[in-house]
Amino acid sequence: MATHAAELPLELPSVAAPAPKRQIFVGTAVALVAGSALVGGLLAVWLLLRERAVSGGGRFPLDYIITEVATNVMLITIWVTALFAQWAVYSAKRGDRTHTVLALGVTGLLGVAFLNAQAFTWSQMGVEIGDAGYGALFYAVTGTLFAIIAAGLLYSAVTAFRALSGRLGDTDVLAGHALYWYWAAAAYSAIWFVVYVTK
Amino acid sequence: MTTIETQHAVADAPEAPATGESTAPASGSFFAGVADWVTTTDHKKIGRLYAGFGLVLLAGSAIVALLLGIERADDGSELLDGGALLQLVQVYRFGLVLGALVPIVLGLGLAVAPMQVGARQVAFPRVALSGFYFWLAGIVLMLFALGDNGGIGGGNAQAVDQFLAAIGLTLVGLAFSATSLATTVLTARAPGMTMRRVPLFAWSSLIGALGVLLVVPVAFASVIYLFVDLRYGAAENFAGAEGIAAWLGWLLTIPAVIAFAVPAVGVFAELVPVTFRGRQQLRGVAFAGLALVGVAALAAVTRQTAIPVSLDTDQSFGTFIDDAVPYLLFAGLPLLGAVVVLALGGLTAQAGMAKAGKPNLVPAAVFALFGIGLVVLGLVANFLLALTDLELLGTSFEEGALLLVAYGALLLVLGGLVFWAPKLWGVELTGLHVIPLALLGGLGAALAAVAAIVGGFLGQPGGLPANDAGVAALFSLDFSGSGALLAWVGAIGHALVALAVLGFGALLLKVLRSGQPAAANPFNGHTIEWGTPSPTPADNFPAVPTVASAEPVFELSYEGTL
Repeated sequence: MATHAAELPLELPSVAAPAPKRQIFVGTAVALVAGSALVGGLLAVWLLLRERAVSGGGRFPLDYIITEVATNVMLITIWVTALFAQWAVYSAKRGDRTHTVLALGVTGLLGVAFLNAQAFTWSQMGVEIGDAGYGALFYAVTGTLFAIIAAGLLYSAVTAFRALSGRLGDTDVLAGHALYWYWAAAAYSAIWFVVYVTK
Repeated sequence: MTTIETQHAVADAPEAPATGESTAPASGSFFAGVADWVTTTDHKKIGRLYAGFGLVLLAGSAIVALLLGIERADDGSELLDGGALLQLVQVYRFGLVLGALVPIVLGLGLAVAPMQVGARQVAFPRVALSGFYFWLAGIVLMLFALGDNGGIGGGNAQAVDQFLAAIGLTLVGLAFSATSLATTVLTARAPGMTMRRVPLFAWSSLIGALGVLLVVPVAFASVIYLFVDLRYGAAENFAGAEGIAAWLGWLLTIPAVIAFAVPAVGVFAELVPVTFRGRQQLRGVAFAGLALVGVAALAAVTRQTAIPVSLDTDQSFGTFIDDAVPYLLFAGLPLLGAVVVLALGGLTAQAGMAKAGKPNLVPAAVFALFGIGLVVLGLVANFLLALTDLELLGTSFEEGALLLVAYGALLLVLGGLVFWAPKLWGVELTGLHVIPLALLGGLGAALAAVAAIVGGFLGQPGGLPANDAGVAALFSLDFSGSGALLAWVGAIGHALVALAVLGFGALLLKVLRSGQPAAANPFNGHTIEWGTPSPTPADNFPAVPTVASAEPVFELSYEGTL
């Protein structure tokens, strides 16, 4: 069938294997495309059901008081977390291991504080998951956010171990880590506006 | 967190065998071989795992569709238990899309695209492999849940929860592997391979992977809501177990399946220049055409088919524009993209024939020819579905459009497996064996789809049923008229598809056991994977090639000979 079959491999000019081109950073960015679609899908369904609920002139939620101070502090916390993640990138580029590890440590600490604030919000609002119309929606969205932040903490832990082992020149991982926290901050900002601000 | 396996650097690489699986365990024992496959980080093996299990599920789905077709066609049939029909319809639909189409297309991309871009390994190979296991576990759990009266409208609450968890697991697995594939094309290209020099199939794999990453998480969001509401909540927000059809059914039909099928269109684009022994004409435009087909992903996540459009001239111009603009963007652009790819294929064929004369008819081209025809017809059907004047929404027309795209894409991917068989398995599938299978599959796919489409024009009910009443409507045919005939035609079509898939599997096994080793470049392929021995070694390229054009092997093969 073939008219010009080559029995032996053809020789292309070769070079030494190149280093991956910012693979972790790009991989994180690609994964965050999926993350954005996930958060977008969650919020789109929320808005659809909210519209149905308020079309009769009611509020959404009807029976719960939103702990605005805690949720606002969470907003500030998550953006500060992203800034500390960026500080880790800056420090690593300068070869400053101490500040890199410190920045990653603070990033992790703020992430834990965010999760604590989320738990506090759950506790204070007292939303019943079995409530028709709101409970399941609320816990689906905030539970997913909780998982997103927990995944970020895992990313921070892995990055910190790498920094502690002295792999500071590998800023690709640190940049990917910072990108994740920026995205998490943007995701929470959208959730904060839709879930906690829009009535 | 090494993402490219660099332990076999050029300097200390072991002697790469000219042929044979370089990753095969030295001992050759059965258990060592199994362990090698189970823990593999070789993208070609991960891709073949996806494709192999996907083909089994494709044959299974087609057989279930055949049984359902017989049940519909034969008035008073007791072939299937009436209480199981709701679950069997779901086995067919979920099996076809999530069990076969997405994993087989993704598998071919994982197996071939890294070779095409000159990567020695896929990015995040363990993520890609764990994605496969998540997908497989999800599919198995889903089948168990459906067997236990779960699924959409299921009567067993625990099995319904298990069904949703299984769908979630499946979706996460597919997203993992798609992330790995997209990152490979973006970051692991050989020196000199700019994005404009990326082979068309690798480009379409990137578009397809991004489509999966846009569509699948939106479905996963619905799964989260449904699971929390059904398992812990009041089960009212989403209409209980029956509501799953409304919130997840869009994933199993057009336009979502068009987004999943983009790499299959890329197989066609890849085969045309090889068949006609010429360079791809207007590569940039071909890239744009493939990307336009991917616009279907946006249509899926915004559920544009839920916005019907009327051509009624009495409506206001503003209303028409409000409806027509998103419709034309989301249904028209994918069709335009496919037409562009087809037109450029014609142009490339013309230029190749003018220069090289007689075409090099590779066996895979027959699969590709049937496949692309069906996919383009499916895109036309997608374009027509939302027009309210045709009254096709809610009829079996939707299933016909799904079958055109899904079966068409699967034929294209089978063509891809035939084409790249020398690189993946080290064997060549001859036209004598492949062409009858392609004819069988193409005929079957056409019959199955046409029966549903004609039924749609006759007002036959369709869609994914949410309860027993929905199933009863789906199976209520006019037995005195054309309904039963169409059901028989559809059943025969599914049977032929199942036969073609089973025949393909049997042929592959036979050739693997007794076939002659393939030459390095038996079809005169143009891209750099054809510069490796057959089968391609585990690390693909013992020495990473430098690329200076979009068709480097074509230039080595043909420059000065034509």
